[in-house]
Amino acid sequence: MQQIENKEVPPLKAEARSLNFFYSEVQALKNINMPIYDKKVTALIGPSGCGKSTFLRSFNRMHDLYPGNRYEGEIRFFPDNTNLLSPEVDPIEVRMRVGMVFQKPNPFPKTIFENVAYGLRVRGEKNRRVLDDKVEHALKGAAIWNEVKDRLQDLAPNLSGGQQQRLCIARALATDPELLLFDEPTSALDPIATGAIEELVHELKQRVTILIVTHNMQQAARVSDYTAYMYLGEMIEFGKTDDIFIKPQDKRTEDYITGRLS
Amino acid sequence: MKALTTEQIRSVIARGKLKDSIFQAVGIFCLVVGLLVILLLVGDMLLRGIDRLSLDFFTNFASRRAAQSGILSAWVGTILVMFVTALAAVPLGVAAGIYLEEYARRNWVTEIIEINITNLAAVPSIVYGLLSLGIFVYAFGFGQSILSAGLTLALLILPIVIVSTREAIRAIPAMIREGSMAVGATRWQTCRYHIIPYAMPGILTGVIIGLARAIGETAPIITIGALTFIAFLPPVPFSTTGEGTAGLFDWVMSPFTVMPIQIFNWTSRPDPAFEVNAAAAGFVLMAMVLSMNALAIWLRYRLRKNIKW
Ligand SMILES: Nc1ncnc2c1ncn2[C@@H]1O[C@H](COP(=O)(O)OP(=O)(O)OP(=O)(O)O)[C@@H](O)[C@H]1O
Ligand SMILES: [Mg+2]
Repeated sequence: MQQIENKEVPPLKAEARSLNFFYSEVQALKNINMPIYDKKVTALIGPSGCGKSTFLRSFNRMHDLYPGNRYEGEIRFFPDNTNLLSPEVDPIEVRMRVGMVFQKPNPFPKTIFENVAYGLRVRGEKNRRVLDDKVEHALKGAAIWNEVKDRLQDLAPNLSGGQQQRLCIARALATDPELLLFDEPTSALDPIATGAIEELVHELKQRVTILIVTHNMQQAARVSDYTAYMYLGEMIEFGKTDDIFIKPQDKRTEDYITGRLS
Repeated sequence: MKALTTEQIRSVIARGKLKDSIFQAVGIFCLVVGLLVILLLVGDMLLRGIDRLSLDFFTNFASRRAAQSGILSAWVGTILVMFVTALAAVPLGVAAGIYLEEYARRNWVTEIIEINITNLAAVPSIVYGLLSLGIFVYAFGFGQSILSAGLTLALLILPIVIVSTREAIRAIPAMIREGSMAVGATRWQTCRYHIIPYAMPGILTGVIIGLARAIGETAPIITIGALTFIAFLPPVPFSTTGEGTAGLFDWVMSPFTVMPIQIFNWTSRPDPAFEVNAAAAGFVLMAMVLSMNALAIWLRYRLRKNIKW
């Protein structure tokens, strides 16, 4: 991996150190080292099947839900320097600190309110006032409040795809995560809904660190501060988005970005 | 390959369509045959039994005179036995299904358990009767009671409840489970807020299909010793009986009979007048099963309306 020199290095939120990942016998991530900077947007790009989702899902221990999956190495989480992958760290604790938005909007077949309140309920919050407040705040944070404020008791799956995805963002935001993971959040959406989500990502980085997988080069260029290029389970290149897109150091990155390999 | 001409395309389509309509005709024929047979059976029973179908038939005990004989103890017995069956089979079956789907690790132990559950569904019902005679009636000392019968039938339908619970859970997309876990929920929170409510329509359908199977079971009930002639009802809770006030659960230990046994009993009488009773009771049993199925369909529709992904 080649790292581009930076003069001012922002504080770290997380860092992958010699990360290997195995789906049973199949190695999907190979010795990945990569920093995630605090309150920045980091984009993961690379051809289909290169391991972007696998890498992303390591940050909230999603792989623990399925048998046979195995991690090696560390993901250090700051400021407390916890190793998220350590067997001593409860995956539930990790997921309480790291939120996730999936590729396909996956609202629960419950009301809009209950979808957003769910994370709070799971944490034992019962006070109606607090729930109301936090739900409103999260929906505003996800730029969907104005569209749903009069229909909080409607069923979430009746929303449009773009609204559903913003609702899922609100669901993740409601519990104030420190790191927010997005796995191709706009691949199921039309250009207008996509624009709304991109704008949202841009605003959210005031509050939260973001790691986003995208297949769309323009999107990576538009929303991210840092970009990582992955290929066949390896991290080929990581750097400031401008540098990666203007003068990539690795031939493979260049080929991918210019569309010669995709 | 050369492109087909328009004529050739049309003849290919025509041949395909011919097969289409042949299969359609065969399908409709089979469907009609199946439905007609059921309709004929039910209609025939109704015609033969119609003379007995009056209110008295439901409020009279069985008697030696066919015309005054009724199904009071039988339908009450059937409902009480079904109640015990549901009370035992639903929590056991649902919990087992949830455990197998959501908690159990996949290894050879769960494989064996799984194969056995499928096999249990195929065990002849008389075997359950023999098993229960040994365990519930004698070993546990429940005697020839509603409790023994209800538990026997609960065992019988347990595999159905477990399998339908698991199928209902499997129909829930993984992304819903992941969405719940991703905000930091435990497995139990995920089950309680999502898996169980979303699986409920399927579970209920399975439960009712199981009960509909159990309601007609005769062999295991005879094996554990249901009475064929009974002229009293189980004690109503807190009512005064010969031996003082009945407790809340005294009825579960009461002797009983059920609809299929009553029917069987009447068909084996030499006096042909009892055949009318049997036909009428058969029709009532059929109506009970059909209304349970109707309830299942309605419940499924009601509950599914709000669940989509
Ligand atoms: N559950 C699994 N079991 C075994 N192998 C898997 C599993 N999930 C993914 N893989 C493999 O791991 C590799 C990385 O997959 P991953 O889903 O992370 O790719 P991706 O970069 O997200 O691709 P895409 O852009 O298409 O989403 C692929 O070769 C894939 O076939
Ligand atoms: Mg992916």
